[in-house]
Amino acid sequence: MEIFDNLALGFSVAVTFQNIFYCFIGVLLGTLIGVLPGLGPVPTIAMLLPITFGLPPVSALIMLSGIYYGAQYGGSTTAILINLPGESSSVVTAIDGYQMARQGRAGAALATAAIGSFFAGSVATFLLAVFAPPLADLALKFGPPEYFALMVLGLVASVALASGSVVKALAMVVLGILLGLSGQDVYTGTPRFTFDMLELADGIEFVALAMGVFGIGEIVRNLEDEHTRTVMVQKVKGLLLSKEDIKRIIGPILRGTFLGSFLGILPGGGAILSSFAAYSIEKKISRHPEKFGKGAIEGVAGPEAANNAGAQTSFIPMLTLGIPSNPVMALMIGALIIQGIVPGPNVVNEQPSLFWGIIASMWIGNLMLVVLNLPLIGIWVRLLTVPYHILFPLIVGFCCIGVYSVNNNAIDVFTMALFGVVGYVLVKLDCEPAPLLLGFIIGPMLEEYLRRAMLISRGDPTVFFTRPISATMLGLAILALVVVLLPSVRKKREEAFQE
Amino acid sequence: MTRFVKNSKEVASGLLIVFLAAFFAWQAMGLPMGRAIRMGPGYFPMILAGLLGLLGLIVLLTGLTLHPVEDENETQKIGFRRWPWVPLGLVTLAVVVFGLGIRPLGLGPSMGLAVFLSTLASRRFKLTTALLSSFIMVAFSWAVFIKGLGLPLPMLGPWLGGY
Repeated sequence: MEIFDNLALGFSVAVTFQNIFYCFIGVLLGTLIGVLPGLGPVPTIAMLLPITFGLPPVSALIMLSGIYYGAQYGGSTTAILINLPGESSSVVTAIDGYQMARQGRAGAALATAAIGSFFAGSVATFLLAVFAPPLADLALKFGPPEYFALMVLGLVASVALASGSVVKALAMVVLGILLGLSGQDVYTGTPRFTFDMLELADGIEFVALAMGVFGIGEIVRNLEDEHTRTVMVQKVKGLLLSKEDIKRIIGPILRGTFLGSFLGILPGGGAILSSFAAYSIEKKISRHPEKFGKGAIEGVAGPEAANNAGAQTSFIPMLTLGIPSNPVMALMIGALIIQGIVPGPNVVNEQPSLFWGIIASMWIGNLMLVVLNLPLIGIWVRLLTVPYHILFPLIVGFCCIGVYSVNNNAIDVFTMALFGVVGYVLVKLDCEPAPLLLGFIIGPMLEEYLRRAMLISRGDPTVFFTRPISATMLGLAILALVVVLLPSVRKKREEAFQE
Repeated sequence: MTRFVKNSKEVASGLLIVFLAAFFAWQAMGLPMGRAIRMGPGYFPMILAGLLGLLGLIVLLTGLTLHPVEDENETQKIGFRRWPWVPLGLVTLAVVVFGLGIRPLGLGPSMGLAVFLSTLASRRFKLTTALLSSFIMVAFSWAVFIKGLGLPLPMLGPWLGGY
């Protein structure tokens, strides 16, 4: 069984003192920022990217992934205890989890969340181990046209599945690609969009863009409605579940795990979509839907399993195809590139210790999180009392030194300031900045594959539709767009006619 | 104006996107286009700029013609007056000051200044906590970035007698 050999290799990498240490730091930081509202995984990972330069690639990736799935755990703790979801993926958990806490069952809710997350995390990690290598092998057979089509499909799907206006999200993707093309052209060395500034010859620094939009911009948004956070913490007791509870959560956890695993693979999916979908499914199939919203344990188990599974499987397209399905994965690809690793299907075969090491570390990290979360809940809750007005200046300071240390160049600091304003304005105009980041990361690859494909086809654009795989993928992309656009078009038409 | 512009947020987004598209197109004009078989550096950006402009026009037209869905008072308006101009300005200023100061002043002063300027952005500003935060962050960044990670950064820059 090759997979067991591979997993053994992975564990041999992950179970070294150094990597266990970085895994621990990752999940600890993840839980921390998951607990703290107003600070999510994206700015945290962006802030830590520069620090990972000095680490070996495996340790860097292990730590950064730990932050991502650790944040899912931490977010649910605050959602249950004080009805304040630390992460957007725990919004759903707050609905029934907080009600359970108010009924004095906070312990049961937290235990359910932890068990559900751990089970889902383990299963999804296993799925990742099983499905990633064949997918990567398949992707290796792709030529430039297939790759181009795959990237277009990925970008379109991430837009289609996201909330809000599709047209605006598409515009953000295109804007992101354009920004991503800045710097010297790979083929001719011609500087593009650099305004004759030598510092911009390498293009806009990815870390500066990400930190500006998601770090600085987010801070300003949080300062907008600065209200006193009153923390009323429910007493936590009785972490053990009763037999009846266990019976009630098995089904939701299983369903949540598989739903989350599936949705996590899709671009634009990941943790948020998974948790929402799991909640509505549980409510639909429940014999007592009226209990949802009033402290139903199923409403905690399903979404918690789903968001963790989704967080885990969203690594599949990132590691096998080099295509990010959400901003966190875009940052991971950034981390790979910084480490000198070309993201794509070759990672699985050429860097087996990296690939399997990350997978094994995920399982270890999930185990750590269970241990970390249940006994230490008191400490996490106390952290919530750190007020935001103390916290955010420190984040600004961190962003500054972090972005500067990437290239030791002040231009990156100014770029971050600019994109902080840009990010804030975009959010104010209801333009989601996440697609922009995806476009930025994919942009250069997209152009390269387009150019290569056109070179091969001697300038004939029909090549994308005569090759079956690429035609299928582009067809799917168009279909996704049409489906998403149709209802809203219809709705808006009706409104227009009513005038 | 309000009767003509149905959804000011959409219109503003549309205008912004069209403007950006025009900007990128203008920048791409100076680049060699090449032909489809051997694309020059300007080929793909030009296509994208065109696509961006088209998308921007769609957003703009939607905002001009279609009536907003929910209550039109809150969600569709931009509400420039309620924007947090002061925090936005201060936080941006803090970052810019850090960028300007890092070379001549060194890490210590520029970090202190940046953190202090940001604390001013909060309505709950207190001088003691602000100074304390700045001090902690300076000490922390010294410990982590200079001592721990060994970044080639002086605590005090050449203007302050450092190197």
